[in-house]
This record gives sequence, C-alpha cells and structure tokens, in this order.
Amino acid sequence: MQNLGIIFRRELMGYFATPLAYVFIVIFLITNGIFTFELGGFYARGQADLMPFFGFHPWLYLFMVPAIAMALWADERKTGTIELLLTLPVKLADAVIGKFLAAWVLTGIALLLTFPIWITVNYLGEPDNGVIVASYLGSWFMAGAYLAIGSCMSACTRNSVIAFILTVSICFLFVIMGSPILLNAFPDWTPQAIVDAVAALGFLTHFDSISKGVLDIRDVLYFSVFIAAWLLASAIVIEIKKAN
Amino acid sequence: MIEIKNLTRKFDQVVAVDDLSFDVREGEVLGFLGPNGAGKSTTMKIITGFLAPSAGSATIDGFDIGSQPLEAKALIGYLPEGAPCYGDMTTLEFLRFIARIRGFRGEEADRRIAGVMGDVALESVAHQTIETLSKGFKRRVGLTQAILHDPKVLILDEPTDGLDPNQKNHVRELIRNLARDKIVVVSTHILEEVTAVCTRAIIIDEGRIVADGTPSELEARSRYHHAVEVRLADELDLAGELEGVAEIAGVEQDRLDKASYTILSEGNPIFARISQLAQQRQWPVEEFHARRGQLEDVFRAVTEDANRREAA
Repeated sequence: MQNLGIIFRRELMGYFATPLAYVFIVIFLITNGIFTFELGGFYARGQADLMPFFGFHPWLYLFMVPAIAMALWADERKTGTIELLLTLPVKLADAVIGKFLAAWVLTGIALLLTFPIWITVNYLGEPDNGVIVASYLGSWFMAGAYLAIGSCMSACTRNSVIAFILTVSICFLFVIMGSPILLNAFPDWTPQAIVDAVAALGFLTHFDSISKGVLDIRDVLYFSVFIAAWLLASAIVIEIKKAN
Repeated sequence: MIEIKNLTRKFDQVVAVDDLSFDVREGEVLGFLGPNGAGKSTTMKIITGFLAPSAGSATIDGFDIGSQPLEAKALIGYLPEGAPCYGDMTTLEFLRFIARIRGFRGEEADRRIAGVMGDVALESVAHQTIETLSKGFKRRVGLTQAILHDPKVLILDEPTDGLDPNQKNHVRELIRNLARDKIVVVSTHILEEVTAVCTRAIIIDEGRIVADGTPSELEARSRYHHAVEVRLADELDLAGELEGVAEIAGVEQDRLDKASYTILSEGNPIFARISQLAQQRQWPVEEFHARRGQLEDVFRAVTEDANRREAA
C-alpha cells in the first residue's frame, strides 16, 4: 500500500515535471469550451444545465485520454525503467494501480478546472447542482475506464504511438456499443436480449443515465468493475511481455 | 549466499539459460563472462526477479526469488544493463524515490542519499534532470540507486560499459570497496576488469558454464601460461632447435614478424631453461620475456570450442 502511494506520487510528479500535464489540461479546457459553446449551443438552449458540456465528454475523452495512457507502460519498456521498477521490492499490482491512479488524478484535475462553466451556469440560472456533481463523478469514472484500456494497450507494446491507436480503437468500440450507430447495425432477427447486452456494455448507456442525474450504483459498479478488469489484464500482459 | 539451482530459461524455442547451477558466497566478487547472447543478462534478470525461470530456482539468503520475491528483492541492489533511470526526474528526486521505496524516511533517507552521492561524486548534478546528464553520470546515478540501501547482494550488468578509462577505474575502485562483506556479481565484456576486481570468474556460453575459477586459476588454463616470447635478429628454426627439450609443448612463429616466436610450456615455468639454452646456443636474441596466461586466451578457447562443437 505504501509503495502504491510512492509510485503514485512519482508518476504524478512526472506529469508536472514535463509540459505534458499543462499541455493536456490547456487543450482539454479549450476543446471542452469549443464543444460546449460552439457545437453544444450552450447559450442557445436557454436551459440552466450542463448537458451540452457533459454530452461531448465520451467523444472528447476518445482522443485526450489515450494520449495520457499511451506512455504508461510503453515508455517504461522503451527506456528499460520497467526492469528497474519491477526489481525493486514492489508488488506488480502496486505499480499498475499507482501508475493508473496518477493518470486518473491528472484527468480529474483537468476536469475540476472546468469549474468556471459550473459557476457560469449558476450565475445564469438555477441548475440542479446535485445532477452536476453526479455528472462530474460519472465523467471522471468514465475517464478511468478509458485510462484502464489505455494502460493495458500500453503494456502490449513498447511503441506509444501504437498504444495510442489501439486505445482509441478499443475505446471507440465501447463508446459506440451503447449508441444507435452500432445497435442499428444489428440485423432485425437478432434477439433483443443480445442487443440489450451489447448496449449494456457500452459507455454511453451508463454515462447517459449518470449525466441525467441518476447516480445509479449499478453504473458506478459497471465502471469500477470495468477498470479493475482492464487493470488486471494490464498486469497479466506486463508479466507475459516483459521478457522481450 | 546466492544459490542457483538448475536454472533454465527458454524464449520460445531458444534456450537462453540451460540448467545453470552455482553458488556465490559472502565476500566473493563474481565476474560473469561470456560472449553476447550467452545468457549473462538473462541469468541476472532471473536472479533479480525481473524474469521468471522456465525451470530451476534462484535463492538469495534463503529467500526464493519466485515464492518470496519482496524479501529477496529487498536484499538485492541491481544495476540493469544500460543503467535505466527515470529521465524526467532530477538526480536527487530520483534517489529520494528509490530511498522511499527501499523504506527510508526523513533524515535517514537524506543521510543515505548524501552518503552514496558522495561516494560516486554526484553532488554536482544533484538538481539536474537525469536525461540531460552525460553517459558517465547516468551510469553513476544507476549505480547509486543500486547501493543506496547498502544491499547484501549487488548485481551489476556491465557497470563500466561506455565509461571513459578514468570513470572505469573509479567504478572498479568503488566495487572493490563495496565488496568486503557483500556478494557482488558483475557481468562484463572487459576481461581486464575481471582480473582487476573479481575473486572468481564464471564464463558461460550458450547458457552453460564453460569455466569457473579464480582469475589466476583460469589464466593458468591458457595455453600461453608460462610461455616465453623471444624476438631474434633474424629467422631461426627454433622448433628444430628445441626439439626433444623437456617441458616444451611447442613453438609458434608470429605471422607478421617472422623473427618473433612464442615458446609454449607444458605447464611449468620454462623461462630459466630457455634463457640458458639461448646463451648456450648463442641465439641472436633481441627481446626475451615470460608471458602470463591471459584470461582472453581462455575466454576465446572455451567459448570458441563450444561454437565449434555446435557446428560439428
């Protein structure tokens, strides 16, 4: 546990020691603004809520989060520091979770820095702040799911560009699973149960209900199990691939 | 004590380490030699717990690296090949990270970091990020990281690779000083290093031990051990001259300088005998000296033998 904290701190410090954290946060805030105000019609809707803001997060994360995740393990392998890290008296689980948490906290910081929009919407009207808090939490959990996929993909290769592309592809798959794009592609004779099962695995299904203010324990559980499963997969991949 | 028992590691079809067994005791500095791809690094990666063996075991002071990895790793200081470090950290930040992982806090950590940084002369780059350091400094940061917790077992994979002669000398001195009550395993390509710092050398080839002994024992296995080199003013049929002389195994003529000869011994010193003969028979001697066996000769003999066996 103690080592987990030490690795977490080192990783987070690493993000802020390089321009990476700042570039990520600035770009995240700018794109968020563009999506919300230009594409989402934040003012034109005339409603005091953050639906246009949160609605774009699944698509925004699709490119932003893999950019952070791609280096998680690929860089360790490329520079050889993985050999240093894993020969220290550290459990592999501590390393996997510590690194993941650092990246997750970075996305959390970026998300928190969007608070001016919360202030704005409170200034303009009377939004349901409970819904907004739930949406922030839901959005953060969803970012965690993207990151967990990224962690596993990054463990698969020493090339971080490949890790990025793989992560984007798999995340895209999970985003569209719950959206009409994929669901309409099923032929008519497909049993409804299967279509529902596929939809239930998608990010959108779970994020939509959260962003509408329904913080269902099942949606939180979905993202938690999803993250745990992909982190476990990361550990297994690291164990298998570290030899070459 | 390090106990390696029947260690085997396969990568797909390739056997990198083949049923390797040896022990290393306290106070020993073991030079781990072998051609590229002989399995040196793989063996070190298994001992340090980075790779799992396909079969066999490695035990550090009674802790099996497979079943009690954390206890075993706590006893080991390891410098991986190429001395990888986190490039985005400064030297001091990096060492603080290592100190924390090794369980040192506060003053104790600071004292240890200051101590080892002094030992390897790193103070001048304490606040520089590691990626901006020269190769020599990077290597020293890697070494510092390995000795920070005063480990009982020190495993160094090519610690002097890429250093200039002064730095090499410095690192060797450091290893000698550290070695007193520790177990040190050093892999290297530089054979003079083995003679300079090691109390024992193991040569491995294709994952198997082909020679094991003190550096002087190994040197004695050289065919040039106790040989005498003679340079004459002119060519002479030395082989004929020496025919029938006891204790002489043969005469080799230098390929370039035809007037230079190496007289091989059967195992005992022959310098006095040859010197006497040279005077008696009035050879036109210009240079005359005894040779010691070189580790390099033995290294080539045992590793090339193996290759030839393989080819046959």
